[in-house]
Amino acid sequence: MIEVENIHKSFGDNKVLKGISTSFEKGKTSLIIGQSGSGKTVFLKCLLGLFNLDAGNILYDQDNYANLTLKKKRKLREKMGMVFQGSALFDSMDVADNVRFPLDMFTKQTDEEKKERVHSVLKRVNIVNAESKFPSEISGGMQKRVAIARAIVMNPKYLFCDEPNSGLDPKTAILIDNLIQEITDEYQMTTVINTHDMNSVMEIGEKIVFLKEGLKAWEGTKEDVFKTDNEAVTDFVYSSELFKKVRKMYVEGKN
Amino acid sequence: MIREVFKKPTKWKVMRGLILKEIDELIYGSMGIVIFVSFFIGGVVTIQTALNLNSPLIPKNLIGFAARQSVILEFAPTFTSIIMAGKVGSFITSSIGSMRVTEQIDALEVMGINSLNYLVFPKIIALLMYPFVIAIAMYLGIFGGFLAGVFGGFSTAADFIEGVRIDFVPFHVAYAFIKTMFFAFIIATVPSFHGYYMKGGALEVGKASTTSFVWTAVVIITTNYILTQLLLG
Repeated sequence: MIEVENIHKSFGDNKVLKGISTSFEKGKTSLIIGQSGSGKTVFLKCLLGLFNLDAGNILYDQDNYANLTLKKKRKLREKMGMVFQGSALFDSMDVADNVRFPLDMFTKQTDEEKKERVHSVLKRVNIVNAESKFPSEISGGMQKRVAIARAIVMNPKYLFCDEPNSGLDPKTAILIDNLIQEITDEYQMTTVINTHDMNSVMEIGEKIVFLKEGLKAWEGTKEDVFKTDNEAVTDFVYSSELFKKVRKMYVEGKN
Repeated sequence: MIREVFKKPTKWKVMRGLILKEIDELIYGSMGIVIFVSFFIGGVVTIQTALNLNSPLIPKNLIGFAARQSVILEFAPTFTSIIMAGKVGSFITSSIGSMRVTEQIDALEVMGINSLNYLVFPKIIALLMYPFVIAIAMYLGIFGGFLAGVFGGFSTAADFIEGVRIDFVPFHVAYAFIKTMFFAFIIATVPSFHGYYMKGGALEVGKASTTSFVWTAVVIITTNYILTQLLLG
């Protein structure tokens, strides 16, 4: 479980996060949504420890990140998996080596054990016959799946995803969403996803945190999104005609 | 940055592979240009020296002597380092800069890896081989001078060889290699700094490479002056 307590982050005079508190539970997929510039990416990078907080605390299973020694911070990071917006696969390594990389760095497994683990994780994300291809030789959807495989190869406790669906067609985006949710259940991870994609909100949002101008404007589940009267949320989530109709149908159906 | 490079080392098994890869890319991959440039620079130095020695009172072995001194003291260590700053330095900046832009460095950090150690340390170690490159540059520079002097009709082979051997001060070679070690460290670290701390996108990677070359050259030339004053002054 990750608990976020009143966190603040500024860059010069620009106050990006202005006191956000929330929590993310184990075994659940939590989504952070909000307009561009609302502070989502900074929030996620604060969770990852890539940015130091100006104020507030982040607790990973009761351990306050700020109070950990550098060694313990690095140990904690070994338990984190991250899927970056652009996948962030290492260009100089093929698919198998990308996934194998954390095993090489942090385990004492034999070559055979590593190969087996890489193969099983790649199979889990439906990557077959592409182990020897380089990231530039595979599609965006496959790159995302390889990034997910690399993120889960060490059985992390925490999985973070920054816009995992950006640049993907709707069908592939749904596949990625479902894959993340299945893996979260299977590995009992605490998963936090930054997204703009309203399909993701409807599909996998077990908990949704809506950020607006550096503040938490709302939080709830995907069911709550239909019922909420919060104007900021409804303006954002139902900005498209399609979703307006979906909501109308849902509300009418309930009545 | 330098302190962080030497903190929390990457697993030796992984680091060994990285060092060998860097030796291949940075040292072996630069041999072609170094061989080409040093050979012709040696030839040009010899021809220009010969053309300026008109007086019959000046012995002809001075051509070989001047070629040796110029190549060992300056052209091999300093001139080659400036070329390496362009070739290797811009490669280092653009490769690390691209990793920064595409969040590959963030990916390393998130995994709990000391990214500075992982990226920069193998380059510093690989460039410990740099004196071998300079030794080859010295040899080929003098050899190029010999061929240009003899086949250009500026000197006889015997005169040139006598000039190369006359008044030889072994410390000059040591001085050149001491300089080389400093330049190797500069070539590994200054471009890494510009790549690692760059911000922006693809355009900024290009700008960072240019800036890194300028600063590496400035630092090499300044260090060259200081070391010359300290060691030979």
